[in-house]
Amino acid sequence: MTLLSLIAEDVHAETLTGAQIVVRALVDNGVEVLFGYPGGAVLPIYDALFSEPRLRHVLVRHEQGAVHAAEGYARSTGRCGVVLVTSGPGATNAVTGIVDALMDSIPLVVITGQVPTTLIGTDAFQECDTVGITRSATKHNVLVKNVNDLPRALHEAFHIATSGRPGPVLLDIPKDVQFGSALYREPAAVKFNHAYAPRIHGDPHRVTEAVDLIAQARRPVFYTGGGVINSGPAAAVALRSLVRAVGAPVTSTLMGLGAYPASDPLWLGMVGMHGAYEANHAMHDCDVMVCVGARFDDRVTGRLDAFSPTSKKIHIDIDPSSINKIVRADVAIVGDAAAVLEAMRDQWIAAQIVHTPDRLSGWWSQIHAWRERKGFAYAPSSTIIKPQFAVERLAALTRDRDVYITTEVGQHQMWAAQFFPFQEPNRWMTSGGLGTMGYGLPAAVGVQVAHPDALVIDIAGEASIQMMLQELSTAVQHDLPVKIFILNNEWMGMVRQWQQLLHGERYSHSYSASLPDFVKLAEAYGGFGFRVDHPDDLDAAILAMIDAPGPAILDCRVAKTENCFPMIPSGKAHNEMILGDAAVGVDIGAIIDEAGRRLV
Amino acid sequence: MEPSPSASSAYDLTRIEEQEHRATFAVLVDNEAGVLHRVVGLFAARGYNIESLTVAETDHDAHASRITIVTRGGDHVLAQIRAQLEKMVQVRHVIDVGSDGSGVERELALFKVKGSGPDRIEALRVSEIFRAHVVDTTLESFIFEITGAPAKIDKFEQLMRPLGLVEVSRTGVLSISRGAERI
Repeated sequence: MTLLSLIAEDVHAETLTGAQIVVRALVDNGVEVLFGYPGGAVLPIYDALFSEPRLRHVLVRHEQGAVHAAEGYARSTGRCGVVLVTSGPGATNAVTGIVDALMDSIPLVVITGQVPTTLIGTDAFQECDTVGITRSATKHNVLVKNVNDLPRALHEAFHIATSGRPGPVLLDIPKDVQFGSALYREPAAVKFNHAYAPRIHGDPHRVTEAVDLIAQARRPVFYTGGGVINSGPAAAVALRSLVRAVGAPVTSTLMGLGAYPASDPLWLGMVGMHGAYEANHAMHDCDVMVCVGARFDDRVTGRLDAFSPTSKKIHIDIDPSSINKIVRADVAIVGDAAAVLEAMRDQWIAAQIVHTPDRLSGWWSQIHAWRERKGFAYAPSSTIIKPQFAVERLAALTRDRDVYITTEVGQHQMWAAQFFPFQEPNRWMTSGGLGTMGYGLPAAVGVQVAHPDALVIDIAGEASIQMMLQELSTAVQHDLPVKIFILNNEWMGMVRQWQQLLHGERYSHSYSASLPDFVKLAEAYGGFGFRVDHPDDLDAAILAMIDAPGPAILDCRVAKTENCFPMIPSGKAHNEMILGDAAVGVDIGAIIDEAGRRLV
Repeated sequence: MEPSPSASSAYDLTRIEEQEHRATFAVLVDNEAGVLHRVVGLFAARGYNIESLTVAETDHDAHASRITIVTRGGDHVLAQIRAQLEKMVQVRHVIDVGSDGSGVERELALFKVKGSGPDRIEALRVSEIFRAHVVDTTLESFIFEITGAPAKIDKFEQLMRPLGLVEVSRTGVLSISRGAERI
């Protein structure tokens, strides 16, 4: 380093307090919005925020809500979500959201206050071992004990959260560090502590092997996941062009919906436990499976030793530990989905692979036969609102709008995935890995913050919505007109379904005998409430909810005991799905064996 | 992978029966607070075995520590352990030293042996055969210090047990690859 550059650096470096460093680093990392809740151990940072007009702070009602809101913000924009909470209960309340983000690979930077370094370890007021508690809940976490480390730790947190397989990074900052002062250095001026450099470009030899394998395939299928969404819009573009060039069918996990447009004839629908009949059969019978940014989750594979028994598997993932974790890959490509898919597409085109029209015709006629089974069919009703019908009408009435969907967890989540077609990535926010009831409303808040003019709808259940209902107050305070579409069947629907099918119809504690009046509840919070219980009134009610000039709940009273089908019963393979109409008159208890009953 | 007749579970991931074998991983990590907890936590959370664990700073200026972990598992599990370790932000390098016999493994142990008469003489004689050192003695006891491959220490323990062994302390395995190459 020359003397001149040393001087130049000192001119640029400014002495700031720790709290000011936090705020400045957020701005310098492109942050515009953070979600948080103040408390004793973060007051200096809140003080610094008070005089920073470039940052918008969204005050939530519960720290878990802050994390889910940041997840919704991140998932719908492709940017990093930021959370600021206090020590002790602030940090522990955030843990569920942090694990949710870890499981679904959502980039977050979570800043927690901590008691002063002199008090750490003394069981001080609102002290907890935040880094200890969150060590297995984060991609990376650090307790910053020295204010001089703070600029680097913050910049590095953004780097780690957003690169490679994204995930939550937590910085625990003691109060005395926030009060201390140090030279601030910009992101480009710090040297990171960790030699963390994920691989982006796939091994070209493996890419060639993969392209050759696809070229020889007669029954190929693309199986894509959340990694395609995380990789960014370029990955969806590359996926679409590669899939169309190959002419193969494509399915996706719950997390990957929208990467490939649902209106496209090559789209099979979602795969997995409640996936499309044709998608699960195609996965089972394919000869080459191209897995892109998915991780062979148990909800996707079903019975593992009967999972896609005749196929060669190509697995593309930025996380080497995902490959060969559950299912062995014949061709493993470590790299970013966009980079690898672009390389595959370019090779496919460069190889000028002869596209004989009948190359995949046998496969497609088989797929059409599966489609004929209409696996999502349900018995319509003219007197009761079927939940599937409700989602179908919601989709139809919002088709021409700029719409983003979030969900809670349970039957309504699966119906939303089945019946709401997504044409673009980043439009679908759901808790896939952790399955967190209560995710949908705060996530919708985060989405609406990022897209103030869009229509943001939380498709919810009456049980899930009550887990984070207080965030309706956040929506009202910040003028976020989120819509909460409750499929209210009075039951914890998925629990009830499993109890019916797997536990001898013993409905143990799955009925909510006391439900609030959701219309009054919405009004109590300062929002708008509507109720509908007849199919004839459904459209008008949905439109009233959409057109309400603020946050609104539609309490949609649906059929109480409708089951979610198709369903791959526990312990069964993809080709042993049960269908809605098929399930009528079938003793499902006999289909699922004793071992299957013990599974989650 | 042949479907086995008893496999009726959808989520039982350990069904794939593999020949288990021992492996020694040297994990070079950034020396910072909590890194050992993170590595040990990974093994606990994912159900991997730890047979032996040693850790110490190896390069103060480079801020590096070396963790040596002896574990057991099938090839599939061992590959997962390695991938999961490599995924950690603080992990710089993971080397499999030992499973292919290319590494040198050593362990240090301290043995407290209490006795008198012929047993005491025999203990001292055996310790000489094993090139153990006496690091403390009283009229009725010895403390032996011994280094060697784990198997040698196991053998020493077997021989000392009937001669009045009262306490053992072992460091766990250290390992390094043979030859001039550095990792």
